[in-house]
Amino acid sequence: SFISLILFMFFSFLRNAVLEGEANKVGCSLPAARKTGTTICGVVFKDGVVLGADTRATEGMVVADKNCSKIHYISPNIYCCGAGTAADTEMTTQIISSNLELHSLSTGRLPRVATANRMLKQMLFRYQGYIGAALVLGGVDCNGPHLYSIYPHGSTDKLPYVTMEVASLSSDWFLCSSCSGSGSLAAMAVFEDRYKPNMEEEEAKRLVRDAIAAGIFNDLGSGSNIDLCVITKGKVDYIRPHDEANKKGVRTGDYKYKRGTTGVLSKTVLDLEVVEETVQTMDTS
Amino acid sequence: MAAAASMMPNFGQQISSKNDLVPDWTRQEVSTGTTIMAVEYDGGVVIGADSRTTTGAYIANRVTDKLTPIHDRIFCCRSGSAADTQAIADVVAYQLGFHSIELDEPPLVETAANLFRASCYRYREELMAGILVAGWDRRKGGQVYCVPIGGMLVRQPVSVGGSGSTYIYGFMDSNYKPGLSKDQCLELTAAALSLAMERDGSSGGVVRLASISEEGVERRVILGNQLPKFSTH
Repeated sequence: SFISLILFMFFSFLRNAVLEGEANKVGCSLPAARKTGTTICGVVFKDGVVLGADTRATEGMVVADKNCSKIHYISPNIYCCGAGTAADTEMTTQIISSNLELHSLSTGRLPRVATANRMLKQMLFRYQGYIGAALVLGGVDCNGPHLYSIYPHGSTDKLPYVTMEVASLSSDWFLCSSCSGSGSLAAMAVFEDRYKPNMEEEEAKRLVRDAIAAGIFNDLGSGSNIDLCVITKGKVDYIRPHDEANKKGVRTGDYKYKRGTTGVLSKTVLDLEVVEETVQTMDTS
Repeated sequence: MAAAASMMPNFGQQISSKNDLVPDWTRQEVSTGTTIMAVEYDGGVVIGADSRTTTGAYIANRVTDKLTPIHDRIFCCRSGSAADTQAIADVVAYQLGFHSIELDEPPLVETAANLFRASCYRYREELMAGILVAGWDRRKGGQVYCVPIGGMLVRQPVSVGGSGSTYIYGFMDSNYKPGLSKDQCLELTAAALSLAMERDGSSGGVVRLASISEEGVERRVILGNQLPKFSTH
C-alpha cells in the first residue's frame, strides 16, 4: 500500500542542501553525482536473452571509469543492466539480488524474472523517482526467457527488445545538448531495423553488439567497450569485454633519452650518515 | 501530504533541455499519453485503448497493453502516469483478489471501482491517474465506471479518457446510442480510437480491444494498416 509514501525519511537531503548552500557561499560546488551516461539494451532470442551494455561511467563531462561493469548479477538465471545514477543502480540491484536469494531459499525454486521485476518496480515506485535507476532486466526461468525495462518512477514494460540510456546531468552539458543522450535512440534504430523473433544466439549477439556500438559512437555519454551477457536455460555467458570498440592507441614517438646523451662533467658521491636508530614495536594482538 | 512535499529541497536548477527529442528519465516521467474507451452493452462491456507510452517526445513502448486485468471478468483502462497506474492496478488487483477469496464469490465491478477510487482519492496530490474500470458481474451485468484524476467515481454507459479523448467527444455524442449490440460496440470503439490516434500525438500504435461478458474475455488487436480510415487526403 501507499503508507510508505508518508514514511520515507530523506534527512540527508536537508543536510546536503545546507552543505550546498555553504559551498556556494565560498564559490565552490558539490561534486556531481557519477552517472552511467550509458547505452544498455536487451533482446529475447530463441533460447534465451542477450543483454548488452557499454562501459563508460561519467562524472559531469569527464569519464570517471573507462571500463565499469553495468550488467549486474541478480540471481544465477537473471541479470540486470543499469543506466542512470551509478550508485543507485548498483545498490538497487544488490538489494533485490539479496532479497531474491532469500526468497528463492524460502520457495525452494529458481527465482522468476517476474518476481525480480515486481520487487524492483515496487521499490522504485516507493521512492517516487528519486532513485535514478533505469534498468533492463533479463533472464530465463521455468516459463521461458523474459525481458523487462524498468524506469526510475516504477513503471515497467515487458517486450522482446528494449534499449535504455540516460542523458548526463551537468551545468555545462547544455553546450553540447545536440549530441548527448541519443544512445538509446541509436540502439533502438538498429533493433527496429534488424530484430526478428526467434533468432539464433550468434545473430542475437551480433544485433546487440551493433546496437550498443551505435549508442557508443553516437552518444557522448556512452563509450569504451561492449559487454554482453547471454542467458540461456541452465547457462550464463558473461562476456566482458565482448568487443573492445575503443582501444587505447599506442604511442608512436618516444621521449626517453638514451644514457650518455648528456655528457657528464663531474660526479660526487655523498654517503648518508646514520645519526640515530630507534625501534618502535607495533601491537599486533 | 502537501506540507511534506514542500520540505523537499530544490535539486539545483532545472536545466531546460533544448533537445526535447531525446528521452530523459531524470526529468520526464513515463506517461501513457493515451486514448481509452469503454462501452456497456446488454450482457457485457467492450473496452479499447491505443498502445503508445511516451517519455516526452520519445515513444518508450509502441505496443503497450493498457487494458489491465484486475480479476477474471474485470479490467481497467489506464491513462496518465505509467508508474502510478501500474502501481495502483497492482494494489487493487491484490485487494480485489483477497476480497474475492474471502467472499468465495466473483467480485462486483462496483467493488473494484471503489477500490480504485479509494486509492486515487486518498493520494490525489501525489498521483496522476485516469482510470476506466469495466467488467461484468452477475448482479448488474456489464458496467463501466469512470475514475478520473482527482478520484471521482461515476458510472456511465459509455466513457472515454486520456489525452486523445478530447478529440472524440463530438464523435461519441453523435454516434453512441443506447441498445447497441456487441459487434456495433466493437466497431464504434475501433472507429473512435482510430480518430483519436489520428489527431493526438500522444496516442498511436495499435488498437487493443477486449469484450467482457459472462462467457469470458475476448481480446483482439487491430494493427496500424487495418485501422478504419476516415480521411481521403
